[in-house]
Amino acid sequence: MFDFSIVTNWVHSTLTSVMPEGWAVFIECVVIAVWIITLYALLAIALIYMERKVCGFFQCRLGPNRVGKWGCFQVFADVLKMLTKEIFNPKNADQFLYNLAPFLVIIASFLTFSCLPINKGASILDFNVGVFFLLAASSIGVLGILLAGWGSNNKYSLIGAMRSGAQIVSYELSAGLSIMTAVVLTGTMSFSGIIEYQADGWLIFKGHIPAIIAFLTYLVAGNAECNRGPFDLPEAESELTAGYHTEYSGMHFGFFYLAEYLNMFIIAAVAATIFLGGWMPLHIGGLDGFNAVMDFIPGFVWYFAKAFFVVFLLMWIKWTFPRLRIDQLLSFEWKYLMPLCMANLLLMTLMVVFGLHF
Amino acid sequence: MEEIKYIEPSALRNEMLRLRNEAKMDFLESLTGMDWGVPAEDDAPGTVRGLGIVYHLESTETHERVAVKTSTLDREHPELPTVSDIWKTAKINEREVYDFYGIIFVGHTDMRRIYLRNDWVGYPLRKDDDPEKENPLRMDNEETVDETTEIELSADGTIKNKKDIIFDDEEYVVNIGPQHPATHGVLRFRVSLEGETIKKIDPILGYIHRGIEKMNESLTYPQTLALTDRLDYLSAMQNRHALCMCIEKAMGIEISERAQYIRTIMDELQRLDSHLLYYGCLAMDLGALTAFFYAFRDREKILDIFEETCGGRLIINYNMIGGVQADIHPNFVKRVKDFIKYLRGVIHEYHDIFTGNIIAQNRMKGVGVLSKEDVISYGATGGTGRASGWHCDVRKRMPYAMYDKVNFKEIIYTEGDSFARYMVRMDEIMESMNIIEQLIDNIPEGEYKVKTKPIIKVPEGQYYQAVEASRGEFGVFLESHGDKYPYRLHYRSTGLPLADIVDTACRGEKIADLITVGGTLDYVVPDIDR
Repeated sequence: MFDFSIVTNWVHSTLTSVMPEGWAVFIECVVIAVWIITLYALLAIALIYMERKVCGFFQCRLGPNRVGKWGCFQVFADVLKMLTKEIFNPKNADQFLYNLAPFLVIIASFLTFSCLPINKGASILDFNVGVFFLLAASSIGVLGILLAGWGSNNKYSLIGAMRSGAQIVSYELSAGLSIMTAVVLTGTMSFSGIIEYQADGWLIFKGHIPAIIAFLTYLVAGNAECNRGPFDLPEAESELTAGYHTEYSGMHFGFFYLAEYLNMFIIAAVAATIFLGGWMPLHIGGLDGFNAVMDFIPGFVWYFAKAFFVVFLLMWIKWTFPRLRIDQLLSFEWKYLMPLCMANLLLMTLMVVFGLHF
Repeated sequence: MEEIKYIEPSALRNEMLRLRNEAKMDFLESLTGMDWGVPAEDDAPGTVRGLGIVYHLESTETHERVAVKTSTLDREHPELPTVSDIWKTAKINEREVYDFYGIIFVGHTDMRRIYLRNDWVGYPLRKDDDPEKENPLRMDNEETVDETTEIELSADGTIKNKKDIIFDDEEYVVNIGPQHPATHGVLRFRVSLEGETIKKIDPILGYIHRGIEKMNESLTYPQTLALTDRLDYLSAMQNRHALCMCIEKAMGIEISERAQYIRTIMDELQRLDSHLLYYGCLAMDLGALTAFFYAFRDREKILDIFEETCGGRLIINYNMIGGVQADIHPNFVKRVKDFIKYLRGVIHEYHDIFTGNIIAQNRMKGVGVLSKEDVISYGATGGTGRASGWHCDVRKRMPYAMYDKVNFKEIIYTEGDSFARYMVRMDEIMESMNIIEQLIDNIPEGEYKVKTKPIIKVPEGQYYQAVEASRGEFGVFLESHGDKYPYRLHYRSTGLPLADIVDTACRGEKIADLITVGGTLDYVVPDIDR
């Protein structure tokens, strides 16, 4: 298994040998920031293309097929279009909040994105309460959405934002509790620790029943958190035209759009990291030969394969189900999902106490 | 020709109350405004003149029908008593008459213009009105008024205008439409919200009003046919069928059996087309986009069949006075049979992806419940009426074409909620296929169109003909004075009662339910606005 920290350590030692450490760290930070932004943009493009194709095939259509072979440049064309469009400000909008909102959303998305360990030794933000940081950073996004709805001075936007606020705050509880279930089992809050724990079997196998329940509840809650169907009420097209981003155009809209797709990826990647082992290859305790073969596949391939598998699950759900209504959405969370998550957490704790897991 | 009983305005209310309460005429089928002109010297005795109304009434129990009319000679301040408290549907129909004829209905609670702008001058359907004279193209936006006038009759016989507030300044009013993905056209609902809960809805119509009824008065009969397809474009066949039948009935033309078969099959294909689109649009409104594409995939095949025989896909122009425009294409029978076989094979997919879905059921069950009394009083026919237990299918009530020769069930649900309205349509898809299957193999030989005179003149009289269009009873009321042109041609809109009933169905529900209710009521806007 290739350890990416060899590369990072080599870069760090080379840089410190020619310049003071402060400068070295600064340069490394810049390189990493550029790397995150590039990866973020590329992933968004891949996800949008994937969504269009997957959705097309679900709907007996071909999806984009004109720009480039199989329409693979369609999204690039769309991004170019979006970059050249005018960004306008509605007359009676609260200019400061209106312009601030997309940045809050995208910053929250970037911060969360930075927590994801892509390969062994290739995590950008990794510390002992990484899970807490992820939950905290992802909650900044809802602030952006609320500001967008309020600042736009549009009734549709405001209703969309209010719905979004109620929805995200509610479902964060379930998402958090589901992750806590995994934390109880692994005994650590750092992502690298959680992945190390899965070296001899992914958590969904090791934690069996409660882990599977937690995985499913996390997918539901995560789906709701990133405002995707069947939980896309904040932007419910047939009710609120576009919800909180009705009044946005150009790249400001683009930020919401990018953040939506990347949030979906982040949800999928977190699910993959916590429950499906992240970059950890498929290891079965005791079968050393098999494990060695699996180790030949690089970690980031495992990581992206798992994340995109979960993304596909999310797309499958989105393109199959109708939309919920706000009261159904909230009663589902508070009456069913959250009690289930709490009971599940208790079950997992009992299992850990009595050593019933693998 | 039918007999229409004349009643003096002063006796109208008592007579109407008697008809409603004693004769149990609980369904106001059609309310038509008329301008019979000013009295002339050479009028035969008993000629009715002035501005008036024709009422078509039906009893839903005995299916007895009666038509009455009334009129006033006063052209400056024409005042007639309202019947809007007897039949709820009269409220919006009387607004239409006020808009076009300027007749003020005493006792009416909401005397606003309905289709035309508030600053419109004159009443365009009066025979002596020149709409172009005082109404230049206005370049400013129409102001939305929050006030309405109530015409009150006080005890001493004087009439008093009272101002009513529709929405006050404190209310959070959201516009759904005119440009909105879920209104299925350019319709606007002003919705007063309390959080997400709907307090009141005020529909604002007329965004695509084209004045088709006015245009008809200067078109020859064959020319009027061209406009019916542009009313409810998803019932184009049935609409045109109704007008053709009305003119044929008036002129006493017997059409060939072959043409009857073709018309019936086409009507049912059109109904399939409309119900498939209904399914797709409802699913899309509820956020299930995949189901939408299923329906459109299959609807396309019907349009292809239409295209092969008629040349058109949406605006079909197929029925003619005396038969149909052209004989069916040689492939028609085979393609229709193939299509029905295909649709029977895939219809279970529709139920798998949408009907059985727990979210879809929760969104529809118990939402927008309409009682049987309400649908009858509002005149909400078609699937909406049948979902509330009202046996309102014109094909059963007043059979026409081949409908008395085929076996089919009238689909009735009694819940009256959105899910029942949805299931009525889904079951009617199956019934329509049954009807087509019974007819398609037996189309008799013969001419597809009987010869008519080059210039069609309809004998003097009043004629009413209704058909079951895709979303309810579509009626044609024709008054002819023996000319090449109709004196008055009024269409009973299928969509107008449906837009009117939205307020009743949605009060106290969530805003998302307005979309469900709108989707399941299935109004088509060009038919409301005409």
